[in-house]
Amino acid sequence: MSEKILKKLQILADSAKYDVSCSSSGSKRKNTQRGLGNTNGMGICHSFTEDGRCVSLLKILLTNHCIYDCAYCVSRRSNDVQRVAFTVEEVVSLTMHFYRRNYIEGLFLSSGIFKNSDYTMERLVRIAKTLRTEHKFNGYIHLKTIPGASDELVREAGLYADRLSVNVELPTEQSLVKLAPEKNTADIVKPMSFIRHTIEENRQEIQLYKHAPAFVPAGQSTQMIIGASPESDWQIMQQADSLYKNFHLKRVYYSAYVPVQQDQRLPDLHSLPPVQRENRLYQTDWLLRFYGFSVNEIFNPSAPNLETDVDPKLAWALRNLHLFPVDINRADYEMILRIPGLGVKSAKKIVAGRKFHHLTLDHLRQFGVALNRARYFLICIGWNGYRRDWNATEIKRQIIAGNAQSTQLSLF
Amino acid sequence: MVHFVYDGSFEGLLTAVFDVYEDKAQRAQLFSVKNYQPDAFAERRDVLTDSVKANRVWKGLFRKLSPQGLLNVYSVYLSERDDRETLLLAFFRRVFAESVSIEDDFSSPLIVQISQISRQIHREKHRFEAFVRFIHLKGDVYFASIEPDFNILPLIGPHFTERYADQRWIIYDTRRQYGLYYDLKQVQEVYFEEVPDSSVLDLSSDQIEEGEELMQKLWQVYFQSVNIVERKNMKLHRKHLPIRYWKYLIEKQI
Repeated sequence: MSEKILKKLQILADSAKYDVSCSSSGSKRKNTQRGLGNTNGMGICHSFTEDGRCVSLLKILLTNHCIYDCAYCVSRRSNDVQRVAFTVEEVVSLTMHFYRRNYIEGLFLSSGIFKNSDYTMERLVRIAKTLRTEHKFNGYIHLKTIPGASDELVREAGLYADRLSVNVELPTEQSLVKLAPEKNTADIVKPMSFIRHTIEENRQEIQLYKHAPAFVPAGQSTQMIIGASPESDWQIMQQADSLYKNFHLKRVYYSAYVPVQQDQRLPDLHSLPPVQRENRLYQTDWLLRFYGFSVNEIFNPSAPNLETDVDPKLAWALRNLHLFPVDINRADYEMILRIPGLGVKSAKKIVAGRKFHHLTLDHLRQFGVALNRARYFLICIGWNGYRRDWNATEIKRQIIAGNAQSTQLSLF
Repeated sequence: MVHFVYDGSFEGLLTAVFDVYEDKAQRAQLFSVKNYQPDAFAERRDVLTDSVKANRVWKGLFRKLSPQGLLNVYSVYLSERDDRETLLLAFFRRVFAESVSIEDDFSSPLIVQISQISRQIHREKHRFEAFVRFIHLKGDVYFASIEPDFNILPLIGPHFTERYADQRWIIYDTRRQYGLYYDLKQVQEVYFEEVPDSSVLDLSSDQIEEGEELMQKLWQVYFQSVNIVERKNMKLHRKHLPIRYWKYLIEKQI
């Protein structure tokens, strides 16, 4: 390998960076035949860039040549950038060398589309296959499914990859038509639903034959760009919710749009990526997946966008004060989980710990509960600070003021 | 008050617990010999590490605790805290005294503290599964130095053995002056007379394998290229990647 690969890596990593997913979790691949590597169910973040995002995989494009002209994409056909391509051997070799030095958990391979979908997909599959079969590589492999690729190639990809993903790109079909006129929803939905069904068949097969080869053991994920098109947070989360329900996705990623080129269909080149909005969407996503909330509880027709000054769980609690206070020593786990400022782990500790002893505010503090929010919504022995005459505006004002000063609990 | 002084090993600690129970010492304190300071008002009793006794204590714990509970015990030991013996003895006394499992009793400050220490250690272990950076040395050995806050080498050994089964490697803890060496068959502890110096940059070019420098450069270029400048957030960066770990991270040596 020579120095000229430096330039390629620079360009093809730079253009792959807008794909947010860098997860290496959800797969437990053992190191077979004393080869190289394994995957750890939790995933490992090997480093963090200066923007605070995790670096877990070698995330690159095979090439940034592309026949499409999607407005939001840096590799669009009409963009004047230097075009390069890796060879199959170069990607394999980089992956192996980086992995041996413990820089990465594995490979995330995506690509611009050159010639046609199957031609591109075939090369991605060949790289995964070479790693697995010739190099006995058992690390993590995430392949991007090229829209329009044939079922056969997707099936083969799934036998070598831990995770496959098909990007929906934008929250609604209208936006896709406007910003990526050459792509169509059918080309996106078809592989997603093919992957879903193949995963289900494969799970049944594995139950019957223990050694049946696993098909995408870490499941499939997708990504949509936020802020390039006019959808509300509510529309975005409805779309995410239906993706989770219809395709059993492991994750939906939200990517704050970073302007890459001036285009009248898009936000101004100098606008900042809507990072806070992205964060609120992730918080909502978590509420759907781990906290038992439904989309329509979190939003209501009068406010289709999430509040910026408080997190969505707190916002929900403030609109539903009649459900509070929650008695942490008696309430169901599901209700405890709905107290603002308190997560899954502390909710579990509360349910386990209260079997031994009545819990007080001190216990919650030790569990790491954010009492500056939680204390307005709960009661327990020794805490009589809860007041019935509070209204939502007053609580919100106090919480925001408290956060600003970040002082100790004030006494009322 | 009786002071039980043991050799500092985990086996020694368990033996000491055995002796405390055998002596029916109600007012006992355990000390690692390294930390022990004689006290005129206490009787000193030296513990002779004995694997049979240690095993009996471990078996007793095994019957009473879940795998997580056992891991918590070992983690508190690895934390090297000055009060680790006190915490563990108090914990063992409760475990053995009560008929129901008490390890989930989060209403007890002791249990909460032990679970917190264990979480700390686990976080450090997880970080070093991530932050070890191997350098390919002449002689086909992959070498990494680390400087963890806690003594996590024994915890990360199995992870690296499984993952890098087909390459020889050394991970050296420069703070505690010992390392693990995997020779394609098994892992053993190693001690260097002269510690290969701290920083990754201090290795001379005749020590490292051909191609290593290019790989380091490629990794640095990659690390720079995946950063999104428009989203720069150094506070978050330092939170995930605390400055004390940078010294050994190749991507931060630019």
